[in-house]
Amino acid sequence: MRKIKELVIEKSLLTSALITIAVTIGIILVLSIETFRFFSEVSIIDFFTDTQWTPLFTEKHFGILPLLSGTLLTSFIAIAFALPVGLSISIYLSEYAPKSFRKTIKPLLELLASVPTVVYGFFALVVVTPFLQGIFPNLSGFNSLSAGIVMGIMIIPYISSISEDALHAVPKELREAAFGMGATKLQTAFKVIVPAASSGIIVSIILAISRAIGETMIVAIAAGQQPRLTLDPTVPIETITAYIVQVSLGDVQHGSMEYRTIFAAGITLFVFTFLLNSLSYWIRKKYQEKYE
Amino acid sequence: MEISMEKPIDEVIVLDNIIDLSLKKTPKIAVSNVKVWYDDFQAIKGIDMEIKPNTVTAFIGPSGCGKSTFLRLFNRMNDYVDSFKMEGKIKIDSKNIYKKKINVEELRKEVGMVFQKPNPFPKSIFENVAYGLKIQGIKDKKFIKERVESSLKQVALWNEVKDNLNKSGLALSGGQQQRLCIARTLAVEPSIILMDEPTSALDPISTAKIEELIFELKKKYTIVIVTHNMQQASRISDYTAFFYLGALIEFDKTKTIFTNPSKEQTENYITGRFG
Repeated sequence: MRKIKELVIEKSLLTSALITIAVTIGIILVLSIETFRFFSEVSIIDFFTDTQWTPLFTEKHFGILPLLSGTLLTSFIAIAFALPVGLSISIYLSEYAPKSFRKTIKPLLELLASVPTVVYGFFALVVVTPFLQGIFPNLSGFNSLSAGIVMGIMIIPYISSISEDALHAVPKELREAAFGMGATKLQTAFKVIVPAASSGIIVSIILAISRAIGETMIVAIAAGQQPRLTLDPTVPIETITAYIVQVSLGDVQHGSMEYRTIFAAGITLFVFTFLLNSLSYWIRKKYQEKYE
Repeated sequence: MEISMEKPIDEVIVLDNIIDLSLKKTPKIAVSNVKVWYDDFQAIKGIDMEIKPNTVTAFIGPSGCGKSTFLRLFNRMNDYVDSFKMEGKIKIDSKNIYKKKINVEELRKEVGMVFQKPNPFPKSIFENVAYGLKIQGIKDKKFIKERVESSLKQVALWNEVKDNLNKSGLALSGGQQQRLCIARTLAVEPSIILMDEPTSALDPISTAKIEELIFELKKKYTIVIVTHNMQQASRISDYTAFFYLGALIEFDKTKTIFTNPSKEQTENYITGRFG
């Protein structure tokens, strides 16, 4: 009797694991099939070299570059904003802050990650953009600058929290060694602790980038819906994710060419985040045993 | 008439003092009535001690007796413990190291430390030894190179690593790592070296090498070493201090402590009856 119970539990655990894998494979399969159909009509060379993305217009162009540039531009702005802030926070919390302060502030910071992204989106649109327009008068109502900055705020906890864990995990013996040599707190932090925790810090940055690239609501609301190949952060752009939202919500006919574009765009996005996540996984695996 | 009679007597007294001082040698480290608390727990209960230059002093005593805490007072390593509180005076070369004006970083260049577990930086062997010089802002590459070589030679590691200076310090064996850590300390030329159970993580052969090294180093440095190993204390030290429950029970020449201790507690501990 007992054996049967054990068996049932074991098999049901296995089943839930298999379901997850099956769903993932299913998604990749659907993405691939639709993408394959898409590329049977659109040349893959055009897809990567055409500088216009106008599948919803009469004169259709299928160049992913404008969407890609929009995605990379907003992500770059987000990282440029979040990296210095997030790293400073993590170094302060791990090396300078009193223990009690660290214990209260860390969960508070992680709260930033639990704000619904749609809230961030309209925060960017109705608060940050008007504020920035006070500084840069030619800033459009929709732009990648404010979307990027707000996205940066959103990913700060990814960087600060994971980096802080990595810094905190550096053995106290290393700190003592540096202090014992007459190093100041600053020298210890930047010349010993940060290099020793570098793999963890890099992982935190990659995960943050991956999160930024996949982010949808903020850019869909605040960055505009105008695919445009540009590095100008003040004008409306469109990211891959925002385009997918636009088409999914619109009255595009199921099975049509326009419909298939979102699968091609989706798989591009998927490849990006998949590569980044694999990279962070690899780095973590490769360097984690260093101090054990 | 009376005045002229007194003068020569005064001079005699002064001369006497000078002779007395030179015979005694000024202590390298002078501790007077030091007490330490961690929150409400009193870890050190009023200790006086004088440590002479170019000697090896061993601190012995059961775990939790305060010997490591006491050692870490000399380079102010306890400052990082949140609940640490201290009273009393510690003078190194006649300077009170707990005065407000003291630059702690400067103090630690003067008072080096070797820890229980070898703790090389995750950098190359060369960078490990050069680290102390570099954080002082020294940029002269030739000088750094010479100092790295001489430090590694002092700890008898040079011949083992001279062809692999760019290899990570972590790739060395435990005993080599500890000698690397000692070399790293020597490179900044301190006058005192504190050692907190430096051989407790090492095998007997590595331990013997470190002990030999300590014997050599005493010519140039004042060494204070915490050890759990009684034989080690008797082999390498000139003076031994026995601590128990935060108090200094006995402090004397090592020979006296191990052959003719004046306190029963000391005798019980060194003969292995408790601890």
